[in-house]
Amino acid sequence: MNYHAVKVIYKFEMLRAWHTLLQTIASPVISTSLYFVVFGSAIGSRIQEVEGVSYGAFIVPGLIMLSLLTQSISNASFGIYFPRFTGTIYEVLSAPISFFEILLGYVGAAATKSLIIGSIILLTAGLFVDLTIAHPFWMLAFLILTCISFSLLGFIIGIWADSFEKLQLIPLLVITPLVFLGGSFYSVSMLPPAWQTVTLFNPVLYLISGFRWSFFEVSDVSVGLSLFMILLFLGLCMGIVWWMFKTGYRLKQ
Amino acid sequence: MQPIISVKHLFKTYATGHHALKDVSLDIMEGEILALLGPNGAGKTTLISSICGIVTPSAGSVSVAGYDIITDYRKTRELIGLVPQELTLGAFDTVWNTVSFSRGLFGKKSNPEYLEQLLHDLSLIEKRDSVLMTLSGGMKRRVLIAKALAHEPQIIFLDEPTAGVDVELRKDMWRIVEKLREAGVTIILTTHYIEEAEEIADRVGVINDGMLLLVDDKKSLMHDLGKKQLEIELKGTIEQLPESLSEWDLVLSDDGGQLTYTYDTQARSTGITALLQAISDAGLSLKDLKSKQSSLEEIFVNLVNLDS
Repeated sequence: MNYHAVKVIYKFEMLRAWHTLLQTIASPVISTSLYFVVFGSAIGSRIQEVEGVSYGAFIVPGLIMLSLLTQSISNASFGIYFPRFTGTIYEVLSAPISFFEILLGYVGAAATKSLIIGSIILLTAGLFVDLTIAHPFWMLAFLILTCISFSLLGFIIGIWADSFEKLQLIPLLVITPLVFLGGSFYSVSMLPPAWQTVTLFNPVLYLISGFRWSFFEVSDVSVGLSLFMILLFLGLCMGIVWWMFKTGYRLKQ
Repeated sequence: MQPIISVKHLFKTYATGHHALKDVSLDIMEGEILALLGPNGAGKTTLISSICGIVTPSAGSVSVAGYDIITDYRKTRELIGLVPQELTLGAFDTVWNTVSFSRGLFGKKSNPEYLEQLLHDLSLIEKRDSVLMTLSGGMKRRVLIAKALAHEPQIIFLDEPTAGVDVELRKDMWRIVEKLREAGVTIILTTHYIEEAEEIADRVGVINDGMLLLVDDKKSLMHDLGKKQLEIELKGTIEQLPESLSEWDLVLSDDGGQLTYTYDTQARSTGITALLQAISDAGLSLKDLKSKQSSLEEIFVNLVNLDS
């Protein structure tokens, strides 16, 4: 195991976030506050409770997931895309380092950053609503698993993309709609039956549902199924990354 | 003596169908300086990239210090440092951080004393806290060399290291190469500056169109393939070669004042004595005589032209 390599990649990526510290912290704090103003106060005043939970508190897990997913993807995709774009990737490819160690460095740093952002949003949300976490261990487990899984997805996008436009394509056109339609701001049971069935095909639903359960013990689908789906997604992403490194897809000629 | 790098029957065909390497076999000895010469697109960078692990060969094998570059990639790669042709550096990092990054990436624990000495040797010590994007092209080239040497490699590949750098930096680079050679580092370089290869290399390899045309000791290459020329300056001028001199490989200069005789140094007889006698018999008087050896560049051009 090349620990030194993992350490320098991780440190390099974390330093990149440090250089944009204001943006890293201010951005999630401001956007979370805005969501609370718009959804919590304006809409929340008309919806008193959802499944026995105040609407303001109900949307917190969904809000965290929204930022977590987009931040994980953008951090990890940029982390690997930028060296490809500048050509400095040659150094990583010629180093005595395995694909798993490269992943540990890049994805580990992206997931750490997302975890920090998720924690900041959670703390910010605590200023607006009264929050209790029913299952802190599971909350943390879902948080970490989601950060890792979507950082892996971001890593895949960073290797797949051959332009900055493509780098933004999936987060904007796929992930954000899936999060909004996956029950971030509502319970699936509030939808008409036909749309409830359609929503079950949205993988993000399982993440938000499981995460929300860890807070309030209410969920749209069973917790076991949520956990299974996120682990399945994690395994799928690992498989794709393994294939990319084995074949050298868009990394080696 | 065992070669430190052994390339056997290496082929590389890119997805576009371009055959960049065609059955290349090459042994590189420990501690030597090998210069790879070849025109643009000849396959020099593909060969280097294949050995370093950046390009996946289509067929063939490469071993470094007895280890296969695919199955024992960790062992082979930690021995190798690569200075790429392009100025591929990050933008926002400092010199010190990027060199430290390279050392760690190749599995070496931090060693500030070594890195400081390295930056000092490369005249980069005063720039250690400078941000990369603020550096000049020459300084960036030095940083790339520092990065390649950060993990104390035994083999270093320099892909066109002096392309686009000023004379002073070029001299500095060759001074560094000389120092590395003294330290026992094996150096493989590609260059367009043939006179540099001629000056610094122990052996020279010529690549053209994906094929290694030859690899030979520089001196024996020049000895074997180098032709000598005798330039004969005449007193007065002539309009054409006298009929009696037609059997000699002579070229008359445009102004009619000089004859150039090309001869093989390996032949039993150079024919110079007989030629001088024939010139005298033809009634021509000599003003001066001068002989010159073919340069490596002329040999290279001849080889590539023959291959084409």
